[in-house]
Amino acid sequence: MTQLAERPAVATATESKARTFLKTRELGIVLALAALILYTAINNPRFLSGQSIRDNLLNTAILAVMAAGQAVVVITRNIDLSVGSVLGISAFAVATLMSDHQGLPMIVAIVVGIAVGAACGLLNGVLVRYGRVPALVVTLGTLYIFRGITYQWAGGSQVNADELPRHFNSFGTGGILGVPWLVLIAVVVVGGVSLMMRNYRVGRELYAMGSSPQAAELAGIKVTRNLLGAFLLSGSLAGLAGVLFATRFGTVDASAGTGYELNVVAAVVVGGVAVFGGSGTVWGAGLGALLLTVISSALAVLDINQFWQQAIVGALIILAICADRLVAVRIARSLRKRDTHV
Amino acid sequence: MSELRRRLASWDTAIIGLTVIVLFVASFSVDNFGTSRNFTFMVLDLLPIILVALPMTFIIVTGEIDLSVASILGLTSSLMGWFWNHGLTIESIIPLCIVIGAVAGLINGFLITGLGLPSLAVTIGTLALYRGLAFVVLGDGAVADFPFSYTNWVTGTIGGGPVPNVLILIVVLALIFGVILHATPYGRSLYAIGANAQAAHFSGIRVARTKFWLYVASGAVCGLVGVLWTLRYSSARADNGSGLELAVVAAVLLGGVSIFGGKGSLPGVLAGVVLLTALQNALRLEDVSGQALNIVTGVLLVLSVLLPNIVNGIRGSWQRRKVRQAAALEVR
Repeated sequence: MTQLAERPAVATATESKARTFLKTRELGIVLALAALILYTAINNPRFLSGQSIRDNLLNTAILAVMAAGQAVVVITRNIDLSVGSVLGISAFAVATLMSDHQGLPMIVAIVVGIAVGAACGLLNGVLVRYGRVPALVVTLGTLYIFRGITYQWAGGSQVNADELPRHFNSFGTGGILGVPWLVLIAVVVVGGVSLMMRNYRVGRELYAMGSSPQAAELAGIKVTRNLLGAFLLSGSLAGLAGVLFATRFGTVDASAGTGYELNVVAAVVVGGVAVFGGSGTVWGAGLGALLLTVISSALAVLDINQFWQQAIVGALIILAICADRLVAVRIARSLRKRDTHV
Repeated sequence: MSELRRRLASWDTAIIGLTVIVLFVASFSVDNFGTSRNFTFMVLDLLPIILVALPMTFIIVTGEIDLSVASILGLTSSLMGWFWNHGLTIESIIPLCIVIGAVAGLINGFLITGLGLPSLAVTIGTLALYRGLAFVVLGDGAVADFPFSYTNWVTGTIGGGPVPNVLILIVVLALIFGVILHATPYGRSLYAIGANAQAAHFSGIRVARTKFWLYVASGAVCGLVGVLWTLRYSSARADNGSGLELAVVAAVLLGGVSIFGGKGSLPGVLAGVVLLTALQNALRLEDVSGQALNIVTGVLLVLSVLLPNIVNGIRGSWQRRKVRQAAALEVR
């Protein structure tokens, strides 16, 4: 920074912008994604057909919505492992509601799903903040609890697509101007949350909380309100994802979304959000979700054993945290160097 | 006197007491709970949780965590089936599986202590990686034709009585881990690391090396449990033991080990495991569905950390009030 300041101002502005872009963690994901798509498309050109792209985007949508909420929680140096179970309880609640009351409009389903998720998220947040229980323990516990409640409620029954109203099912496949509703919702959610985290006061406060919880508290940030808000957001978005899940797949039983938390955490970590909190972007997490989805569909297209998918997800998580560590070490070293020169 | 009072008021004593009460009440009020047959089943249900909980206690005491345990179990179970299909003898498969478990733990240990990565993130990654590899090895098939002499030993009892053979294994391993944790300088060093890793480093404890070997030990034990699990159900499957990490972490925290490290005891953990298993067993005998039991596990997990915090909070506010009253008296 000190070196840059000596150069003409105009050149610095563009140069540093280009540099920061080249250095961003998200660029790595974009490149990996491009390479993967290129390789798969060369092997099988149908990978780039309209239907294939549409399927990939539809599959990404649910994961990306959840990843946006998870990213916010992870940025505050917490974690929400209960999202898969929240998706399950919300999907089952909405599917049951819609099959019992065929006339309800779609917007009611969405509001109910978000409300169920919000209640779950609020419970997580209250236990973390007021109970002073680490988020890992709380959400591991509520992962069990929410799933158990869903099973108890469902009692082995399931809601089938033919029991759901037609407009509910068509929401999962329909869209506007060829863009599916699910994709539109995912783009709005990821874009909106990214904007909030980047440009608004509350977003910057959440980053500050993740960088140093104590310093944030001393600096007068409303830590309680923000933390509850972060968990509320993650829960609500998982609830919304539950509605999307129900409209997309039609058949909902108590096991809906089991194990999703792993993919969501993977998307967030691969997308460049550091588990120590305080860094990373929400749209990066969205890209992470896209990358994971494209990998699993590329495996199918390339005729590779589907069972490799989970192993690859694991390897990617480890690779991503290694990369973050490398960057952190380099930054620490350059900071130290600067200090010795001054 | 104060030592005795401190002991009595501690969380592990409370949990041991609670466990005894639950066992006592259940054997009177729940039909078939106190039978010797049920005792055998309960010990078999306990087996994987208790064995994995031993190294997990050590790891959590040092302030780290290992969420990949169940996946290591699944991977060794899968490989056991694969080796058996490829004609290896069971006598060579068992040690091989334990070694593979240790290697899986070694990878965890290297990533965490060698590269300095956070254990939570690393083991979430290897949780997916090892489980994925388990599926790559065996797909969604199963291998079931293991020799009867081995499967019968795992499910059998000593001389046909009520005491299962595997109880010997549990007792021996629990004794070894208990003595190491509570009666050796090495055990004390684990607490020192958990209380303050930096201070431990400056007092000459090899923090990284100690943690590294804990992960290797955890992997080896998971390999052994993978073998036992496979033999108990006489079925090698890639999804064996999935979700076990939650039960193990729940039991360890329930047993009074602090998630922040530096606190906890092995008797408390053993009581935690027994409490969790006994409650689930009793509820199952009362026809509560398996998935609904998850609510109990989840609630216990949250309460095990929440309750001590609340108690400490109340105690703290009492002390503050006392100090304030004393100060007020002095002013007067």
